[in-house]
Amino acid sequence: MIENILPHILEKYNYYIYIVLMMIGFYAMIAKRNLVKKLIGMNIFQTSIFLFFISIADVKDGTAPILIPDSAIYVNPLPHVLILTAIVVCVSTTAVALALIIRIYKEFGTIEEDKILEVKE
Amino acid sequence: MINNFPVLVVIVPFISAIFTFAIGVIGNVENKKFCFFITILALLLAFLMSLFNLDSVMNSGTINYWLGNWDPPYGIEYVIDYLNAFVCIIVTFLGLMVAIYSKKWVEKDFPDKVVSFYTVYLLLMTGLIGIVVTGDIFNLYVFLEISSIAAYALIAIGKDRNALLAGYNYMIMGTIAACFVLLGIGYLYIVTGSLNMADLSKILPELYTSKVVLVAFAFFIIGLSIKIALFPLHTWLPDAYTYAPSPVSAIIAATMSKVGAYALIRILFTVFTPKFIIDYLPITNILAWIAAIAIIAGSVIALAQTDIKRMLAYSSVSQIGYIVLGISLANPYGIIGAILHILNHAFMKGALFLAAGAVEYKTGIRNINNFYGLALIKKMPLTVGAFTVAAFSMVGLPPFIGFWSKYYLILGSIAAQEWTFAIVILVSSLLNAAYFLRVLEKKYFEVKEEDKDLHKVILSPSHSSNHTLDDIPLTMLIPILILASGIIILFVFISVPLGIVEHIVNLLIGGI
Repeated sequence: MIENILPHILEKYNYYIYIVLMMIGFYAMIAKRNLVKKLIGMNIFQTSIFLFFISIADVKDGTAPILIPDSAIYVNPLPHVLILTAIVVCVSTTAVALALIIRIYKEFGTIEEDKILEVKE
Repeated sequence: MINNFPVLVVIVPFISAIFTFAIGVIGNVENKKFCFFITILALLLAFLMSLFNLDSVMNSGTINYWLGNWDPPYGIEYVIDYLNAFVCIIVTFLGLMVAIYSKKWVEKDFPDKVVSFYTVYLLLMTGLIGIVVTGDIFNLYVFLEISSIAAYALIAIGKDRNALLAGYNYMIMGTIAACFVLLGIGYLYIVTGSLNMADLSKILPELYTSKVVLVAFAFFIIGLSIKIALFPLHTWLPDAYTYAPSPVSAIIAATMSKVGAYALIRILFTVFTPKFIIDYLPITNILAWIAAIAIIAGSVIALAQTDIKRMLAYSSVSQIGYIVLGISLANPYGIIGAILHILNHAFMKGALFLAAGAVEYKTGIRNINNFYGLALIKKMPLTVGAFTVAAFSMVGLPPFIGFWSKYYLILGSIAAQEWTFAIVILVSSLLNAAYFLRVLEKKYFEVKEEDKDLHKVILSPSHSSNHTLDDIPLTMLIPILILASGIIILFVFISVPLGIVEHIVNLLIGGI
């Protein structure tokens, strides 16, 4: 039983890492009270999804998806392209978030959510 | 030219957004005033094009537009059928109305951000229209993010500093939602190798028992539920709607949640089929009960609010419940109710937020208790009249459009033998009446002796032009009156949208 688990994990380790990273990011987004830490959590969360997409694109012994006469096996390029788009989305979200954080800091003088809520009342 | 309308309806606002920014930033200050006209022109064009799209769908059936002429499973395809032609008209029309309304608001509230406001506004519209016309799920995700990012920026654009935190929290929730949708797309792609909705619906039936498909489906449902603010996941909504500038609250409440509901319908009925959501996974039962809880909870919490915009926000939570309830009843009457409610709620909530915003613009008052003694009815009869029309329509009284969607939702509940839901709708109507009458009573407080005048205003808001017309700028008044008269006119001519909605029902659950 146990001897089967290790090869299984080694074979699919990038999927497990994706799940672990995703949960770390998710935890940071929900539990952290510092706005920048939340943003970092969000970036980890998004990056884990990129990792997942890149993992599903992989083909065993595949090469880069460039037209080379001899090699017929290449990895699926479509998820890569999707993720390029998703990275752009992630960068834009981060930019908007940072802009908001800067304005929050200017208005409230802090980026701790608890203190902002105190000031707000 | 006409053949290209399905894509031009997205491209025109998008190009105009860039153009607005360029013209506003380059050149002198005088150029700023062109931003408004470009926005209006672009949205007017988009509205006319979506009317043409509906016309061609009615004449020659579903339009399939292949971007760059690549065949569907490989290239991106835009599909226009009755459902998205209908939603597209609602979105562009409301977008146009709120854009007209926003002119004076922007000039008063944040004059230094005119250029950014209209640029981001056009990007928001691009995203929303894009979600509606696309037939490709990854494209849907991209447009979802375009509209969401624009919305985060718009919420935080005003003077109210609380809006910043509201926008930030919305961004965190919205990103989780969008990432879930992206994961759903990824899981579907693993098992099918396709991103085209029509193609997916052909491949998926063989895979309905697959766990991967179930996971993908769960991700889609949760992600979209956050986007439309279905009850337990609504926490971002009240703050965002309350602190955003009123035109922004209006456009987000009226169109963004509707487009989310549209995306939910697409995923449930087009990508997955009614067979899957009824036979393989009892998701419709779960969603219906959650929606019922949302309807009651939203109304009850709205009752406790003193800020008028926050009250309207919680009322939105409950109205989203109606749409989801109609969808998840999954019988013809329920779907008719849900899709009519997409139209009705866009008009009603648009009118309510715009009217509440106009009162705030004039008097600076948002707290319901402070409406006492203002005798608003004397100062701004048309605005308050429009608010009254929309409020009665929300309650579901007969001469207003809100009656029809509730009527069909109750018929749907009865057809599904779910008496509880019919009772929930009735109870919620009473609660709606309670919290709106509370506002109206305070607005009318000092004018009890003028009851006759009052009725005149309520019943004919569009042509009772008296001396107080100039209480707010004309650009603010006209959209409010158009939406309010639309609520009454559409009640009389309900057969026009109903004719389209019947086609939509055939399209979605024709097999049953």
